[in-house]
Amino acid sequence: MALAKITEVRGRAVHVPGDDIDTDRIIPARYMKCITFDGLGEFLFYDVRKNDDGSPTKHPLNDPRHAGATILISGANFGCGSSREHAPQAIYRYGFRGLIADSYAEIFFGNCTTLGIPCFSVERADREMLAAAIEADPDLEVIMDVEKFEVRFGDRTIKAAVRESARRGLVTGQWDPIAELLEDAPLTAKVASSLAYV
Amino acid sequence: MGKTLFQKVWDAHAVRELSNGQTQLFIGTHLIHEVTSPQAFGMLRDLNLKVAYPHRTFATVDHIVPTDEFAEPYRDPLAQAMMDELRKNCAEFGITFFDRSTGKQGIVHIVGPELGITQPGTTIACGDSHTSTHGAFGAIAFGIGTTQIRDLLATQTMAMGPLKVRRIQVDGKLLPGVYSKDVILHIIRKLGVNGGTGFAYEYAGEVFDGFTMEERMTVCNMSIEGGARAGYVNPDETTFTYLKGRSYAPKGADWDKAVERWRGFASDADASYDDIVMIRGEDIAPTVTWGINPGQGISIDENVPTVESARGTEKASIAEALEYMKLEPGAPIKGTPINVAFMGSCTNGRYSDFVEVAKYLKGRKVASNVKAIAVPGSQGVGAILKQKGIDQVFRDAGFEWREAGCSMCLAMNPDKLIGDQLCASSSNRNFKGRQGSPTGRTILMSPLMVAAAAIEGRVSDAREVFGIRELATA
Repeated sequence: MALAKITEVRGRAVHVPGDDIDTDRIIPARYMKCITFDGLGEFLFYDVRKNDDGSPTKHPLNDPRHAGATILISGANFGCGSSREHAPQAIYRYGFRGLIADSYAEIFFGNCTTLGIPCFSVERADREMLAAAIEADPDLEVIMDVEKFEVRFGDRTIKAAVRESARRGLVTGQWDPIAELLEDAPLTAKVASSLAYV
Repeated sequence: MGKTLFQKVWDAHAVRELSNGQTQLFIGTHLIHEVTSPQAFGMLRDLNLKVAYPHRTFATVDHIVPTDEFAEPYRDPLAQAMMDELRKNCAEFGITFFDRSTGKQGIVHIVGPELGITQPGTTIACGDSHTSTHGAFGAIAFGIGTTQIRDLLATQTMAMGPLKVRRIQVDGKLLPGVYSKDVILHIIRKLGVNGGTGFAYEYAGEVFDGFTMEERMTVCNMSIEGGARAGYVNPDETTFTYLKGRSYAPKGADWDKAVERWRGFASDADASYDDIVMIRGEDIAPTVTWGINPGQGISIDENVPTVESARGTEKASIAEALEYMKLEPGAPIKGTPINVAFMGSCTNGRYSDFVEVAKYLKGRKVASNVKAIAVPGSQGVGAILKQKGIDQVFRDAGFEWREAGCSMCLAMNPDKLIGDQLCASSSNRNFKGRQGSPTGRTILMSPLMVAAAAIEGRVSDAREVFGIRELATA
């Protein structure tokens, strides 16, 4: 399975502030009653973007200045809660291609990586500086450099951390492991037969 | 140097190192349900593959089932479509499906253990983060995404990096009126909702040694709420006694061999841990959440936090939670009026949860302005509770008794909050909108605390409501 090598994500960014933004907030569970992932982008952050009467709230994703942004920025423990892949799928199908946050929940991070979405971790102070720069200039181009682990915007560069296994998968085009997992059925069978319960 | 259970089970299931440095890990038991599997089967078909180990794959339906009806088609066509899809997929690929007609259906993390599918020394994965529950048996059990479900269906393996291990040792004794739910709420409160990221939690100590399997499952269930993808308790005689005779447990000579093998998986006495946390059981009080994540917990005697008293980095989160929950900052949490009481979920929907509450519920009545529902976690649990007349105790008290399913824990079936209703809940998540209304509010607590709140119509101290006193020390 030939996948694109993902060495950078380049585009405008939008800051969704807050720590512990969970998967129920990212996509309300009632929108997970589906058999495919098609159309999930429409429901991203649905309940915090719409008032009871359907009118838009002041959520950053409702701000027209950020329409078309491809990089999402947030706080600590982003994506906590459920293992539902519907959350990164909604993020991807909405149009985002990269995430920059203080930190991520474990399962969410893995799900994003498998979809080819780089998730960079940055220091809180750096994240706040980046957010301020975007607030001042929503059209600012932000570059996530997956090979060098850094984020460049304007004339600034901030250091990012990316788990090495994720980084390697992204830059080599093997961020979806299925091809490799399928390669060695006999070796898998050997492990299976060594397990009394299998 | 000895090994932890995590290391032993990992080593036994590692197939090889992958090009990105992760391990190709064999998953011996794959549990599936209707929400996260359809797209994975679709991906499998796209790859033109069959399920590699159908006999190691088990399915049930739990999230979308209406708890007040069996008749199909369900009122919600989306729910019916998901039911039909899972049936079709299981039939096509030869997967055992514990459907509602089998009498074995229920919440997946209740069904696996009660059928003896969950065993020590195994790896268990499911497209649901509360898969950590099964770690109570000394397994490495964790939640996965849909694409990983595809990987398991196709190869029975997935790519994963090993977790670090934090040993959480709870010694001493729990005070009367303090339950396993309080233990895990206390741990998450202390270590934080992301304190466990990158870790598996090994729960140990005198309190865990003395816990039943169901109590261990309640704690392991919420490991993920503390950020820990997996959580486990070393297998011991309690584990073996629970498993003996269950449908999928080994029998005869195989049983004795299995027990010896299982004993060997327990962490060695000289194992080394990445971190160790020591907690005294006596320091744990009945705990409730006040905010919008499971780590925002306080004891029943404490006051709702104020923004002023919070640390700088937490002020924004606390302000956001206070605004959403509409609680008065600085006021006691005790006395907060509730609208709905929910007893059930993969955290506290087991036999012993209902039996314990029933002891105190006799002769008491749910407050007239509270809607209270009791949802057994599986058809098996429901059947034995009915046999013992426990369901009637709940009905007599004014609870609606329902059929097995995830129910009001999350908003995928008709059991939902309306508007900004406040629910006293025995479930595991209190995120904004979790229980089905964008403004609905959740307070997590133990089953007995849910019953106390239902009776009083307010968040209450169950020890006061039911006369549970601290035993005098000699």
